[in-house]
Amino acid sequence: VGVVGTSPPRKDGAAKVGGTAMYVDDITLPGMLHGRTIRSTIPAGRITNIRFDFDTTGFTILDYRDIPGKNVVALIADDQPCLVEQNVRHVAEPIVLLAHEDREKLLAANVVIEYERAEPVLDPLRSQQVLKHILIEKGRMSQGFAAADLVLEGEYRTGSQEHVYIETNGFIAVPEPNGGMTVHGSLQCPFYVHKALTHLLGMPDELVRVVQTEPGGGFGGKEEYPSMIAGHAALLAKKSGRPVKVVYDRAEDMWATTKRHPSIVRHRTGVTKSGKLVAMEVEVILDGGAYVTLSPVVLSRGCIHAAGPYRCPNVKIDGRAVFTNTNPNGAFRGFGAPQTEFAVEVHMDRIADALGMDAVRLRMINALKPGDATATGQKLGPDCSALMVLKEAVKRSGYKRKREAWRGTGRGIGLALFYHGSGFTGAGEVRLASKCSLATTERGVKILVASTEIGQGTRTMHAQIVADTLGVPFDQVEVAVPDTAVVPDSGPTVASRTCMVVGRILERCAIALKEQLGGLTPAEHFRRNGAIVITKQYEPPPGIVWDEEHYRGDAYATYSWACDVAEVELDPDTYEARTTKMTVVHEFGRPIHPVLARGQIEGGTAQGVGFALIEHVVMKDGAMVNAQLTNYTIPTTLDTPRINTIMLENRYPYGPFGAKGVGEIPMDGPAPAIVNAIRHIGLDVREVPALPEVLMHARIVARQSDAPRTTHHAPSR
Amino acid sequence: MIFTLNGKEVDVAAHPMKRLLDVLREECGLTGTKEGCGEGECGACTVLVDDEPVCACLVPFAQVHGADVMTIEGLAGDHPLQTAFVNEGGAQCGMCTPGMILAAAALGPKPSLEKVRTGLAGNLCRCTGYEAIYRSIRAAYENGKGVGEWESGSVGEEKPA
Repeated sequence: VGVVGTSPPRKDGAAKVGGTAMYVDDITLPGMLHGRTIRSTIPAGRITNIRFDFDTTGFTILDYRDIPGKNVVALIADDQPCLVEQNVRHVAEPIVLLAHEDREKLLAANVVIEYERAEPVLDPLRSQQVLKHILIEKGRMSQGFAAADLVLEGEYRTGSQEHVYIETNGFIAVPEPNGGMTVHGSLQCPFYVHKALTHLLGMPDELVRVVQTEPGGGFGGKEEYPSMIAGHAALLAKKSGRPVKVVYDRAEDMWATTKRHPSIVRHRTGVTKSGKLVAMEVEVILDGGAYVTLSPVVLSRGCIHAAGPYRCPNVKIDGRAVFTNTNPNGAFRGFGAPQTEFAVEVHMDRIADALGMDAVRLRMINALKPGDATATGQKLGPDCSALMVLKEAVKRSGYKRKREAWRGTGRGIGLALFYHGSGFTGAGEVRLASKCSLATTERGVKILVASTEIGQGTRTMHAQIVADTLGVPFDQVEVAVPDTAVVPDSGPTVASRTCMVVGRILERCAIALKEQLGGLTPAEHFRRNGAIVITKQYEPPPGIVWDEEHYRGDAYATYSWACDVAEVELDPDTYEARTTKMTVVHEFGRPIHPVLARGQIEGGTAQGVGFALIEHVVMKDGAMVNAQLTNYTIPTTLDTPRINTIMLENRYPYGPFGAKGVGEIPMDGPAPAIVNAIRHIGLDVREVPALPEVLMHARIVARQSDAPRTTHHAPSR
Repeated sequence: MIFTLNGKEVDVAAHPMKRLLDVLREECGLTGTKEGCGEGECGACTVLVDDEPVCACLVPFAQVHGADVMTIEGLAGDHPLQTAFVNEGGAQCGMCTPGMILAAAALGPKPSLEKVRTGLAGNLCRCTGYEAIYRSIRAAYENGKGVGEWESGSVGEEKPA
């Protein structure tokens, strides 16, 4: 009898409910200064003058000339400076850093920056600069469209979205006596920050140390930007010779850091009278913002998921991410897939309407089955569960009955079928070559991984996998704090990979350790022989083939599958749509810890509800102008529908104990399900957030039988 | 200035207009009270002042003169709500948790679902979608029968197939 599949109390639970978990802002070090970032206030131009309009006594002040190494935030393209030298490419770009021991004096310091303005590019459709282009082609489009009885086109848009982790970003940098630098902070990817600091500071690997403090949420928002903040704190610490804390307030965090890529997705689809998809042409445009950052990989995941979980012999997906003069958009739970899966799922309901066919039936006809091939030509195995989740969601939600009963009322029900690849795209995991270690201790074993606990339950879930593989009690497994001086590089805490990929490496460590223990418990072995450490590196499942150049083959080792059903009410006076219930059916192999897994699904679903209806990043002149929680709202208890979560199992043989990824997929489905429910009410919406003003201006759905019976609120155009 | 902090009378010297949040974190060393937004929107800094939940970021220190202030450190660590938030997944990243637990405690025992949803509407959680928080509160009071007007069959009923 093991602990996998049960829900032991989370390892960090007592500290979190007791208020003793240490987040970065809870730490104060002797002699510590506070740091502040002076940022650009224009979207494009050139700095002509910087003036310090305050008494600079006691201040540490620095700019790009103080950078000992390369002035880049090292990631993919190394094009983003840590501090602007001359040319400003977006609002809130860091230019000057200040530090002082008195926070009030620091905040009162006035730095005046003069600019020569340039004309910014703010509309992605008008950008001439493509930062990444991806083309996925399968079959012959001309043949596909020739076989179609109906061709339907549509353009779908998704807005930006702010992460709103409840803990804002922050770091403390500590200069070490040996000339090195240690940073403590809130982050998802310790080794991304480590790499960025070695470049920025011009230091060898061993002089830079990155230690995770308790992160108060991430959702992708602490994937790449922490490298910037850690760099700033480290530069200030280096110049002042003292520890420096840089913690953003909410306004700076929202104004300056990354957000979800806004998208424009165009579909042109050929379908037969009987509902068979024969041609899918998809164009994907993502607004990358001012620097490359992670946009190429966001575009990649977005494009791979753009045709939805459907079988179609002829597919062309043409995606580009473009530069604009806004903050770089970045990683956010789902990573491009929520954008493209929104488009295809709303488009599918429009196709169903055009055919006069039930939306479920259209999906039943086309949903991927084992043996079918995806847009990249990946042949799916028995780990494909599209039909299973669809049928279960339809049954559990009462979809058919409600779809009929609510016709012509102010209530609607809609669904979305979706999938999400687990782990890095294509050859990404092989290139990452993640390593994990297990060490014996006097109490049992210790897990050494770089995967961070961002609330999702990393520590607990990894400990369960190791406990059951070794056959030791759960409480004899401890988990090291991610510290680059102590743990191996097990890759970033992203991409729904922490359980399936990192957990699988840990499982292999535990198998190898068990062999070495010779029947002793880890603690007994430790007492007799001292510590032993087992390290294993990622090995891909057999038969994975990926052609990066042509985007052909096995894009992901496996996929998780889900179907969301949304129930929505429309207020006929305010045009406000409210989600009253979500029925969400997920198959992700197997839940290692059902309580934590359900937490991922419910939390991601709520974020998806916010994305669909209320979260609105208002941009003006390239900047977010509602960078406050007063004006940018996320779902509260009253906005969040009741969520009925159903977890189905279809064990994946190459995941630990059959598990796949679950972190991101819940984000992909709520928006299209909700918009399809609004469509059922009678409004033809093709964008999110579906704010009241969007609904008020929406066209009435052409199907007369579904139009609202009450006509006095019908939009005037 | 004298006030009661977690059951003990304390005398703390701080500027009367300093935010209660900063006094608790900096002068009193109680960092369990978190700052999420600094403008009273997120509720992460919720503490109880004379048993009423307030956002400590909006309260000037002068206002708690003679009052009874309770922070998360004032709960024993094994308060039924704390235990339930661990076991039922009410705590994920933990940043909203201290404020959420105190706001939940202020609802009194066995609150109805409607009371919970209204009473916690000022406490944002970005991790859980709130369902696990409802389950935690329910579990905390489920030693007996009758948990107010909880909907039956809608919370936590489904098991993995």
